[in-house]
Amino acid sequence: MLDLADVRKTYARPEGAIVALGGISISAEPGEFIAVRGPSGCGKTTLLLAAGGLLAPDAGRVIVDGEEIYALSPEDRARIRATRIGFVFQQFHLIPYLGALENVLVPSLGVPRRDAMTRARELIDRFGLAPRAHHVPAELSTGERQRTALARALFNRPKLLLADEPTGNLDEANAEVVLRALAEFAGEGGTVLLVTHGGNAASYATRVISMKEGLLCSGD
Amino acid sequence: MSVWRLIARELAFRKLHFALGVIAIVVAVGCLVAEFALLRAHDVRTNGILAAKEAETRARMAEMEDAYRKIMKGLGFNVLILPKDQNLSEFHADDFASKTMPEEYAQRLATSGIITIQHLLPSLQRKIEWPERKRRIIVMGIRGEVPIQGGGRKEPLLVAVPKGCAALGYEIHRSLNLSAGDSIEICGRTLSVQTCQPERGTKDDITIWMDLAEAQEMLGAKGEINAIYALKCQCAGVGMEKIRGEIARILPDAQAIEFASQALTRAEARERAAEDARVAIESEARNRAHLRGEIEAYGAILVPLVLVGCAVWVGLLSLGNVRERRMEIGILRAMGVRSRQILLIFLGKAGAMGLAGALIGYAAGILAGPGSTALLAAVVAGAPLLAIVAGWLPAMIAAQQDPAIVLREE
Repeated sequence: MLDLADVRKTYARPEGAIVALGGISISAEPGEFIAVRGPSGCGKTTLLLAAGGLLAPDAGRVIVDGEEIYALSPEDRARIRATRIGFVFQQFHLIPYLGALENVLVPSLGVPRRDAMTRARELIDRFGLAPRAHHVPAELSTGERQRTALARALFNRPKLLLADEPTGNLDEANAEVVLRALAEFAGEGGTVLLVTHGGNAASYATRVISMKEGLLCSGD
Repeated sequence: MSVWRLIARELAFRKLHFALGVIAIVVAVGCLVAEFALLRAHDVRTNGILAAKEAETRARMAEMEDAYRKIMKGLGFNVLILPKDQNLSEFHADDFASKTMPEEYAQRLATSGIITIQHLLPSLQRKIEWPERKRRIIVMGIRGEVPIQGGGRKEPLLVAVPKGCAALGYEIHRSLNLSAGDSIEICGRTLSVQTCQPERGTKDDITIWMDLAEAQEMLGAKGEINAIYALKCQCAGVGMEKIRGEIARILPDAQAIEFASQALTRAEARERAAEDARVAIESEARNRAHLRGEIEAYGAILVPLVLVGCAVWVGLLSLGNVRERRMEIGILRAMGVRSRQILLIFLGKAGAMGLAGALIGYAAGILAGPGSTALLAAVVAGAPLLAIVAGWLPAMIAAQQDPAIVLREE
């Protein structure tokens, strides 16, 4: 489902080049829940953005569902992101002026679909957000915000879910809900790539990979 | 979820931002519409003022025309056509022409298409000793005016005296104690007094008017006249030289002189009044045109300045909006929203600002004067376009924003 082959990325900074990815190769099959652990600044987010078609690597190949995404045009890459990839972020990144239901509907901007409202309500119900469906993010708790973000990520039934510290701002109970949802997604045949510097996620992952200074350290 | 819904929700969420943009466009559109409305109101007012002045002048001139006609009727004619061989010194000394010319001259003038004179009155005038009353009088034979062909019907200045009748000058009827209906004997003819003239203080006071044919017979000058009285046309550019030229062409054996200076003075005063009125109207028109020019000149500076200021303001607001929404743009791009959709989100918002500003600005602008459908259509089309152009660069920045940079910063 996801193949990263010798992916390299270096940021040029006035104080000197920073190697974010020093030749990362990861292969994830459908049904896998991979947790990438590592300290802040080790290149986890860069890895996630590269895997999601948002950050072109300097070298190496990124293949999502059989398509080498950086060989595609920006428009085709946007289509791949819209139809096959879901993102969940630590800061939720909900649109502040839309209600929870409308936030879940946002991916339909990229891929219009007839059953958009049905699908959004289904996800809202699934994550227990029905009573808050019309509340804007500022009126939601952090847990509700992350569940809304998760529902949004699942809206287009992606094959790959990329999660960047999704539980970083959550209490234990809400973190459990999110991780369980990610595990369920993997259990239904999806692929999850989660980056975190904490350890909770590992208990739900089928594989845990450690990263340090842009390189993979170990895996199981 | 559609782009338009997203725009509508964002407008409702950032009301102040939207309001600031709309206010700028309202000011620009308001200035533009007010400029056109002021000019339109100015034109309407100018037309009203000039029409009122012209109507007032026309009424005054008509009134003066009537008064002039009455004055001329009272004072008599002001052009005298005499036989060419008449010595003018002798004429002025005797008060009448000693030479005669054919009566047919009057008809010839009337049918010649002459335009420089009106109201032709052929006459035969002689100073005689009234044998029956033993006093010197002036006998004046008149036959009524000869209508000028093609000159339109004009009310006669002097009516004819019927055959067998006489009109008596003031001094005659006063001293002889005569009144209308009395009979007089003159050179063996009996005439009935038809009218008794009021005092004029001129030779008219010792004049007896009678039918021309009777006078010709009585004075032994059958078919002859010694003067044709006429009235100078009060048309622009008609002077005695022109009249003399025209008469010389039609009647080579006649000459024309001007007289009755009081009437001339009044006629000139009337012409001056008419000229003054024309000058006043032209001056008013010039003043109004000058004022319009000033409004236009003021607008020509103010309106473009305000439009440019508005465009800059909308551009800066849009840029601020793009900066404020960096993360939102990043997340939308991450979810597969295309660049052109991002562009549309920002341009759509600018267009909505422009449309709202156009409608409110138009409503504000027409407080200064009358609006028009064309002007409304122009601002409804133009203001959103202006806002879109102003917001284009920020929208392009938004559309080309790299989502990876934003998300990585986070």
